[in-house]
Amino acid sequence: MTQVSTAPGATRAHQRFVWSHVIEPYLYLTPALVLIALVMLIPLVVGVSYSFQSIMLLKPGQAEWVALDNYVALWSDTKFWISLENTLVWTFGSLFFQFTLGLGLALLLNTQFPLKRLFQAIVFLPWAVPTFLTALTWAWLFNPVIGPLPHWLAAIGVLPEPFNILGDPDLAIWGPIAANIWFGVPFFAITLLAALQSIPSELYEAAEIDGASAWQSFTKITLPFLAPMIAITVMLRTIWIANFADLIFIMTGGGPANSTQILSTYIFTTAFKKLDFGYASTLAVALLFLLFVYAVVLLALRRRFVRL
Amino acid sequence: MAVARRNPLLTLGKYAAILFYLSFALFPLYWLLKISITPDQLIYTEGTALWPTDATLENFGKVIWQTDFLRFFWNSLIVSLAAAAITTVIAAGAGYAFSRFRFPGQKLVIALMLLTQMFPLLMIIAPIYKIVAMLGLLNSLSSLILVYTAFNIPFATFLMQSFFDGIPKDLEDAAMMDGCTRFQALRKVILPLTLPGLGATLGFIFTAAWSEVLFALMLIRSEDSMTFPVGMLTFVSKFSVDWGQMMAAGVLALIPSCLFFIFIQRYLVQGLTSGAVKG
Amino acid sequence: MARLDLVGIEKRFGGVEVLRDVNLSIADGEFIVLVGPSGCGKSTLLRMIAGLEDISAGEFQIDGQRMNEVPPRDRDIAMVFQSYALYPHMDVARNMGFSMEIRGAEASARASRVAAAARTLGLDKLTARLPRALSGGQRQRVAMGRAIVREPRAFLFDEPLSNLDAALRVEMRLEIARLHQRLKATMVYVTHDQVEALTLADRIVVLNGGIVQQVGTPLDLYQTPANRFVAQFIGSPTMNILGVSRTDSGVRLANGAEIALPGLSGPVAELGIRPEHLDLADPATAPLTGTADVVEHLGSDTNVYVQVDGVGPLMVRQHGHVPLRAGDRLGLVLQPGQTHAFTADGRTVRA
Repeated sequence: MTQVSTAPGATRAHQRFVWSHVIEPYLYLTPALVLIALVMLIPLVVGVSYSFQSIMLLKPGQAEWVALDNYVALWSDTKFWISLENTLVWTFGSLFFQFTLGLGLALLLNTQFPLKRLFQAIVFLPWAVPTFLTALTWAWLFNPVIGPLPHWLAAIGVLPEPFNILGDPDLAIWGPIAANIWFGVPFFAITLLAALQSIPSELYEAAEIDGASAWQSFTKITLPFLAPMIAITVMLRTIWIANFADLIFIMTGGGPANSTQILSTYIFTTAFKKLDFGYASTLAVALLFLLFVYAVVLLALRRRFVRL
Repeated sequence: MAVARRNPLLTLGKYAAILFYLSFALFPLYWLLKISITPDQLIYTEGTALWPTDATLENFGKVIWQTDFLRFFWNSLIVSLAAAAITTVIAAGAGYAFSRFRFPGQKLVIALMLLTQMFPLLMIIAPIYKIVAMLGLLNSLSSLILVYTAFNIPFATFLMQSFFDGIPKDLEDAAMMDGCTRFQALRKVILPLTLPGLGATLGFIFTAAWSEVLFALMLIRSEDSMTFPVGMLTFVSKFSVDWGQMMAAGVLALIPSCLFFIFIQRYLVQGLTSGAVKG
Repeated sequence: MARLDLVGIEKRFGGVEVLRDVNLSIADGEFIVLVGPSGCGKSTLLRMIAGLEDISAGEFQIDGQRMNEVPPRDRDIAMVFQSYALYPHMDVARNMGFSMEIRGAEASARASRVAAAARTLGLDKLTARLPRALSGGQRQRVAMGRAIVREPRAFLFDEPLSNLDAALRVEMRLEIARLHQRLKATMVYVTHDQVEALTLADRIVVLNGGIVQQVGTPLDLYQTPANRFVAQFIGSPTMNILGVSRTDSGVRLANGAEIALPGLSGPVAELGIRPEHLDLADPATAPLTGTADVVEHLGSDTNVYVQVDGVGPLMVRQHGHVPLRAGDRLGLVLQPGQTHAFTADGRTVRA
């Protein structure tokens, strides 16, 4: 009969367990963790601490703790409240059209037609265009000298005469929104298309046998199946768009007269142009807080209405 | 849906929709190209016409030989390629760990990575500027490479994990039975099979780094080390009426993105659903 | 070649106990089949022998040496996977020679061993192909070839035939049997298919719920199952089980018929009888009577599902063709000495 060797084996067994369950995975993870910690998490904490300090690079040597002064200033800053309002218009204006057009495109791509692959490549292309180029291109399109849009808008009576809407405080926000729609439709189309293709085709066949119309199939099968995907995508995109400052910063710089200033561009210009890091961080914390509240509310709603 | 084939009205609507999406996607890019090949003297007379009556490559020549764009292009290429390559290597390791190990602290690590995807990156623009300045790395491409690498690691990790998840665990087990250490199994069996995934990740990160502008604006202020977006914005604010040249530069900036786009097209769904990051 | 010893092996995933106190000595050159329903822990046990799963408690030894901490690569054991696990980016020859490549063997030695293995498996013409260009049966052969080339101390097979169609499965089963006869190597084979187990094994290990139910030769298991689970798991069609009550000299069936079980002591709750151990008889005199429910004519055999009066359904297998039809009345007799008695908790009661 064989003998079970005792203590030494048990120690070795423990060492091997620790190696393969703790040390080895962390060996593969460490470079990623170190970089994320150094470049993102530590600066994040530092950034939050900035919001309680007065740090203006233009007035060096004056970094000091000011407690909640920045937040008090924020509360009475009309520019902040304007930015907040603009953020809502910008985010939901972009989101609505991106989603609607994206869903349409996804439904279209879920059918068959000649040269579909080429079509798909072309309509997804805007996603790959660098954002600064998207911004510049659309800014130029709205320029009456070299862009056709003002002339077309005037021709159909939207504008009384061909002028640059980016210079009009009432209309300017729709310039970046147009660019954002162009840029964001592929994202929705791609994610929704993936969800559409995961719906088993037997369901449609069964519905057809049961005598459902195309519209009934869409509302009774397609939409309920897409709902979880829609909920999560919309939530993520809302946060992403609210954070997305590139287009507005390049196209209008927040102007004219702050009519296109959203929170993220306000943060960037405060940091980049005024070098007022304390207040910029305060604005950023406020934005983070609002996004957090939004996410919590949406997740609660989703748990209530969407069965997974 | 089969219905479209039966109803002629729906078929018509479908092709109208196809035409709409095509022109919506292509028109701005077409316009960029059109102005870039319109000779300077024609810009003001037919800037808004659908077709130029004459075409020239002169603008491209000027942009390439008489401006700094070639250097900007080169800087951007270095930054984007380096960030993409380093990110891919590091994310491959992390993605592999997520895919193949169950280890203590895993949920926390995943939560941290997700967190980095949710908070406004602008929150850390000020601290990053101060840290980079403290290290004396302002106006250096290496600071940008470092920042872009870190920003893209979480997304790239989730993407790589999805590629590793698609490779059967049996293959590694077989390789380890055949005499490989875990790392040898990764190198000789798993990585060769993940090559398309590595390529796709590289492409995603390249595109993201190529178009990043806000951190580049913040960290790079000297002409010598400007990336393409920064250089272009500077150019636009200085010579705002050199339409032809600006758009020629724009077309140049589009080329690498388009090349990588063709390459990563097949992986778009996987890319967007695994991290849902770059717009 | 090697002797494998499993001493008090246990496996837990978190708090879940997957295997409990497995003790097994596998002799050099023995062909052992681990069999059981899915989820019984048989594959986990095999992977623990391979080194791919940690051993939670107990000890696994090869030729008397503790192996618990030895990584798979140093155990010198080859494994054939259910999915074959062929490296998709390597051709057949490189797949088969990969283990030698890793161990730094000379190219010429590698080539000759691979060529020899390819020849025995009839793969000579396919060595330059990639796995995706092979049929299921060919992939299976390559997987076996990869194991053979290594000349390992022991072979492990994890349900190697379950992805093949029925005809190919029979053919490959024979191939594995021949391989074992030729190499005389220690082999451990996992399957859920009792036919594979019965045809291939020197000894069978029946597992259920992470516990070894019985270890024995195929005939042992068929003739003297240790409990009701083994009795029903081994043998096809499945053994009939009848609820009975104990009498002085034997047991009484639900219809009142008495069956003498001489020499049996202790309580008996159930009686097992294999379908092939029931014979048709004249309904007028037989202890059991019933109506044929479904009759399957297989040519070599006839399976009759009988609804027995006062007892319930029973299955009967008769050799050759029996001209019966559904609805026919028939009588049944139990072949003497072929019944199995079980206690209420399923243990076999022996005479």
